[in-house]
Amino acid sequence: MGLIDSMVPGRHTVYAAALNRSATLAALGDALRQPPYQAPPRAPVLHLKPANTWSRPGAPVRCPPGAEAVALGGGIGLVVGRRATRVAESAALDHLAGLVVVNDVHVPYSSHFRPAIAQRCRDGFCPFGSLASLVSGTDPDRLAVTVEIDGRTVAREGPGYVRSAARLLADLTTFLTLAEGDVVLLGELADPPLARPGQSVRVIVDDVGDLVNPIVA
Amino acid sequence: MTARQGRILLAGIPTPVTEGEGGVRLPDGRVVAEGEVHWLPPVVPRTTFAIGLNYADHAKELDFRPPDEPLVFLKGANTFIGHRQRTPRPADVTFMHYESELAVVIGTGGRGISRERALDHVAGYTVANDYAFRDYLENYYRPNLRVKSRDRSTPLGPWLVPRERVADPQALEIVTTVNGTETQRGRTSEMIFGVAWLIEFLSGFLTLSSGDVILTGTPHGLANVKPDDEVVSEVVGVGRLINYVEKEA
Repeated sequence: MGLIDSMVPGRHTVYAAALNRSATLAALGDALRQPPYQAPPRAPVLHLKPANTWSRPGAPVRCPPGAEAVALGGGIGLVVGRRATRVAESAALDHLAGLVVVNDVHVPYSSHFRPAIAQRCRDGFCPFGSLASLVSGTDPDRLAVTVEIDGRTVAREGPGYVRSAARLLADLTTFLTLAEGDVVLLGELADPPLARPGQSVRVIVDDVGDLVNPIVA
Repeated sequence: MTARQGRILLAGIPTPVTEGEGGVRLPDGRVVAEGEVHWLPPVVPRTTFAIGLNYADHAKELDFRPPDEPLVFLKGANTFIGHRQRTPRPADVTFMHYESELAVVIGTGGRGISRERALDHVAGYTVANDYAFRDYLENYYRPNLRVKSRDRSTPLGPWLVPRERVADPQALEIVTTVNGTETQRGRTSEMIFGVAWLIEFLSGFLTLSSGDVILTGTPHGLANVKPDDEVVSEVVGVGRLINYVEKEA
C-alpha cells in the first residue's frame, strides 16, 4: 500500500522544492543574474504536483508523445503529520509524520521562468512509495537518493541541499500553512537521469524504502 | 432551473445550502440573510489551474506581450476562503492587488476534450479574487507561490452557479469596487484564451476531474488595497464576492 491511499485530492497539496540542490544552482551559474531571472532565488522555489500526477508503486509512467524520455527527479517526500504555520526551524521536523520515496517525473526542459505545468504535471508523474516513520534524530536531508534503471545504478546523490528539510519547512510556513497529509518534496536530483519506454526505474532512499515504476510509451 | 449552490459553516460543520428568496436556504428550509452566515468556498477545489495574463490590456498593464499559449500556475489548498472572509496583508507589503475573475468548476472530467464539447464538462461558475502580493515576485516559476498561494488569499464564491444558468461564459461583465468605488471593469469577451479553449488545452496533456477549478484571469484595472478595505469582485449574473483586507497578525 502506497502513501497515495491516504491522500485526498482537494484536501492535500503536494509541494515540491525546485532548485534546492546546491549543484543545480551552481550549474545555472551566472545565468541566475541574467534575464529572465535577474537575481538568484531568495524564497524557496516551489512547484506543485497536482492530484492527477499522484500514483503508486508499480503504476506505469507514460512517456508523452513527442518526448523520447522522461527525467527522473527522484527524491524524498516530507509527509506532514500536523498542521504547521510559521514553525521554527528547530521545531519543524516535529510536524512530520514521516518520509516517503517519491519520483518527481518530468519531461526535460531548461527554463525555470514559468511554471512547467505541461512538463511536470502529466498524469501519473508523481508516484509515491510507502510512508516510513521518521526515526528521531534523523536529518532527512542527509539520506542518499539512488536511481536505478533496469537494475543498474545511474544516479546517487547525498546531502547538498540549499535548504535543509527543517529550514525548508520553516521558510514555507511563513506564508502557507501545511496541513496534515500534505507532502513537501525536499528537492529532486541535481542531475536527473533519463528513462525511455520499456525501462523499469527504481528510486531508493536510504533508511526509507524504494519505489519501482515501469516507463511506457 | 437548478438553484445556486453554496457551502457554509453551520454549528461548525461544512453544510451545503442553496439560494433562497432574499438569502441563504438552510437544509431545514429556513432562509437567513447572506450576511449572517459563515461562508465557505462553494466547492473544495481539487486542482486549481490559474491563468495569468489572459486579458490583453491587463498583460500590457503588467508590461507583458500577450502570450502565445496560456500561462498556467497552480494553487495550494491553503489559499481558499469563502465570501465575506478576511485576507491578511503582511506589514512589509507595498503592493497587494485584487484580481477579480470568472472561475470555472469542472463537473465531468476527461482527457482530450474538444473545445466544441468543452462546456458540457462544466458544472458551473463562480467568482474568484486571486490576490497578488507583488513585493514577493521572483522570476522562478513566476508567479511564485509566495505571491499567489498564500494562506487565505484566494476568496471564492459566494455561489456555484450551474452552467445552465450562464448562457455564454464569454459574455459576462466583471466589476470590482474598493470601498464602493469602481476600480476595475472588463468583459470576459476580452479573454485571450476562452473557457472552452482552456479546457481543450489543459485536457490535451492531463486529465481534468470533477471539482477541478480554472481561474480564467483578470482584466485591466489593478489597485493597491489596504487593511480594512472592502473589496467586491462581481461577475454580473454569477455572483458578488465580498472580501475584507486585514492587517496580518
